[in-house]
Amino acid sequence: MRDALLADGPPAIWLVADGPPTIWEWIARNWDTGRGGSIKNLLGDHLVMSLVPIVAGLALALPLGLASVRWRWLYQPTAGLFNVIYALPSLPVFMLLISVTGLSKTTVIIPLTFYAIAVLIPAVVDGLGSVPDHVRQSAVAMGFTPLRRLLRVELPIATPVVLAGLRVVAVSSISLVSVGAVIGEGGLGMLFTRAYQNPFLPPVIVGIVLIVALALVADALLVLAQRLLTPWVRARRAS
Amino acid sequence: MNWLTGFFGDPANWSGPGGIPARLLEHVEFSALALVLAMLLAVPLGLLIGHTGRGALLVVVSANLSRALPTLGLLVMFVLLLGTASIWPVIIPLVLLAVPPILVNTYEGVRGVDPELRDAAYGMGLRGGQVLGRVLVPVALPLILLGLRLSAIQVVATTTVAAYTGLGGLGRFVIDGFATKDYASVVGGSVLIVLFALVVQIGFTLVQRTTVSPGVSQRVRSR
Repeated sequence: MRDALLADGPPAIWLVADGPPTIWEWIARNWDTGRGGSIKNLLGDHLVMSLVPIVAGLALALPLGLASVRWRWLYQPTAGLFNVIYALPSLPVFMLLISVTGLSKTTVIIPLTFYAIAVLIPAVVDGLGSVPDHVRQSAVAMGFTPLRRLLRVELPIATPVVLAGLRVVAVSSISLVSVGAVIGEGGLGMLFTRAYQNPFLPPVIVGIVLIVALALVADALLVLAQRLLTPWVRARRAS
Repeated sequence: MNWLTGFFGDPANWSGPGGIPARLLEHVEFSALALVLAMLLAVPLGLLIGHTGRGALLVVVSANLSRALPTLGLLVMFVLLLGTASIWPVIIPLVLLAVPPILVNTYEGVRGVDPELRDAAYGMGLRGGQVLGRVLVPVALPLILLGLRLSAIQVVATTTVAAYTGLGGLGRFVIDGFATKDYASVVGGSVLIVLFALVVQIGFTLVQRTTVSPGVSQRVRSR
């Protein structure tokens, strides 16, 4: 019976022949099975599927945000459009994308990238808006070219607001990836669908704990990045 | 496109317990039930914490945790623990996830009221409860409604995912269609959910426009 289950391929990621295993036994058995459904592989998938939208979202939101600041009339329609996109539930969007991108990671990554852009454009615009006028004028008076002014003065000052947006994006992307499990591409979310099809609680707990832990780590890293990138914020507070 | 005409053109999809009207009604019912329960919990709690300043940490933690919690995992966990005899194992996680956006925004709204305005209200002889009801709530209303809108969007999406764990609603077309490779149903159901989400979004925006006091929304400039 056991061999039959093993021969059956990836779905049999837990074996209950010896009675239900404890959660620790289950983790030990399924951490690295050498097959696609092991916890380790799902964790890797999950990282890729959540990191790509975070990075791509920032890379796309920066120019869009900058353009919205440069040409003010652009901001309302862009923000409005992304507000509408943000309101679209992820599952039906994944489903509609399947006919374009198939059952692949891309189908999950694209909508998450758009959600990220929706959060980050206002963050970039507000961040650049937080640059005091006298600072901008000082930079101009000191002979900074527009590009150098942007890179050396305006973007650094905008960093805390942009990073606050990025923290929201990171945490929600990491948890949203798991919805992809419904179409078979959900990283750690696959633990939920398999546990539902073959009723068994430990994988669900492991999945939830790992996803929340990933989100907390990502959040902590971004807080750390903010400390390193904007040392003057702390210096000002200390003085 | 063929899928759309196949789905919406099929008269079988327009009647009976599995038809579009019935599923839409279910979706509205479950979403509204979860949203109303969340509102009853979160608005008073947010007002209380914002007004007294006690328990602010609870608000911050719940906001961060609710973003990090995977909806699908929570749904499966509750269903595995409580069974599927009633809809409550599915409604509870819906409510849990709908509470934080309302709680945070209500709290922020009350906390952000100009202290001078609050003092003026006390100075006019209003008592604590009156200050809350006549001054703080109307001024905080834009943020409270924003919280409700964000929560509603979240609930509509989560109700869709909840179809995976057996709840009715529009998600059924998508989940069942996917399981039986009936792509007309998947595409048609997805389009319906997207339209429904947009209607909810527009509806809440309209409510925001009409219920917020003109003085607060700056539609009428005060002299």
